[in-house]
Amino acid sequence: MAAGSTYTPIATTTLGSAQTTISFTSISGSYTDLVLVLNIAGVSNAGELLRFQVNSDTGSNYSATSLANDGNTAASGRISGSTWAYFGGDNQGVKTGTSLATAQFMNYSNATTYKTVLTRFNQAADSVGSVVNLWRSTSAITSIQVFLNTAKTYTFSSGTTATLYGIQAA
Amino acid sequence: MANTFELIASSTVGSGGAASIDFTSIPSTYTDLCIKVSVRNSSTQDQVIMKVNGSATSLSSRLLYGNGSSAASASLTTGYVGTSVNSSITASVFNNMEIYIPNYAGSSNKSASSDSVMENNGTLSYAVLNAWLWSNTAAITSISLSPDSGNFIQYSTAYLYGVKNA
Repeated sequence: MAAGSTYTPIATTTLGSAQTTISFTSISGSYTDLVLVLNIAGVSNAGELLRFQVNSDTGSNYSATSLANDGNTAASGRISGSTWAYFGGDNQGVKTGTSLATAQFMNYSNATTYKTVLTRFNQAADSVGSVVNLWRSTSAITSIQVFLNTAKTYTFSSGTTATLYGIQAA
Repeated sequence: MANTFELIASSTVGSGGAASIDFTSIPSTYTDLCIKVSVRNSSTQDQVIMKVNGSATSLSSRLLYGNGSSAASASLTTGYVGTSVNSSITASVFNNMEIYIPNYAGSSNKSASSDSVMENNGTLSYAVLNAWLWSNTAAITSISLSPDSGNFIQYSTAYLYGVKNA
């Protein structure tokens, strides 16, 4: 008997114009993990981290531990009581060229545990990094919002793509 | 039900070793590519180089690595994509690497994210995070993986998968 699909595209978007936020909403709870792949064509302003929130939660419910470099120096850092989580990279933020980021939302749909998100950020002209993020809520994740500066005024360039995949454990 | 994550091609190095592992005539029908690699070099060097479409130019990498004692970072322009295992390492040890290339057939510059590891039971080891960039807007139709010196030895493998976003 052929196995069912394990790695399923849930939604995808390609920006036709500059946009401040990339969002996925009404995420089905029928998968085990989620994988988000962002291929960023560019950003309007350099110097900000690539951030995300879930379920539109803007409270101080996020924390993270990171490992990053800038091509010269390796560094590790922590944030706690943050109003956002992030994808990684050095503390100089995203540069305006092409970059690639991924996130794995582990056990996102349960209602019993805090949610862990493993992220990677890659920008060959700038930095590479990995972050483990924690969202201190036992709620299932039903939406994801990706943005740059905390005021959400900087934009992702046209041509930026984002795809959300669902992974089923069985 | 459509396959989202599909094997396109595989390669296993035979007894004579191989100067490179090549994937050619890559169809443009997927959204992203994922390559899973397990290799070992015949030389005392330990890098894996990735070139696409036969091009050796416009390549850049930014890497972060740890060796079990310290962490460091570097920038390269050789097409470096990850760590391998060299001939000085304990026999039968091969690396483990995954390379993810989104929108490989699109019209933007081509980025890749790669993670590679080499564990040697208490002696030299590496864990590497790497950002790779080919500053060229052409669709990727071929990929070549090679060691920075020597050949990949017998039993080295690489599997090319296509990922569809719909």
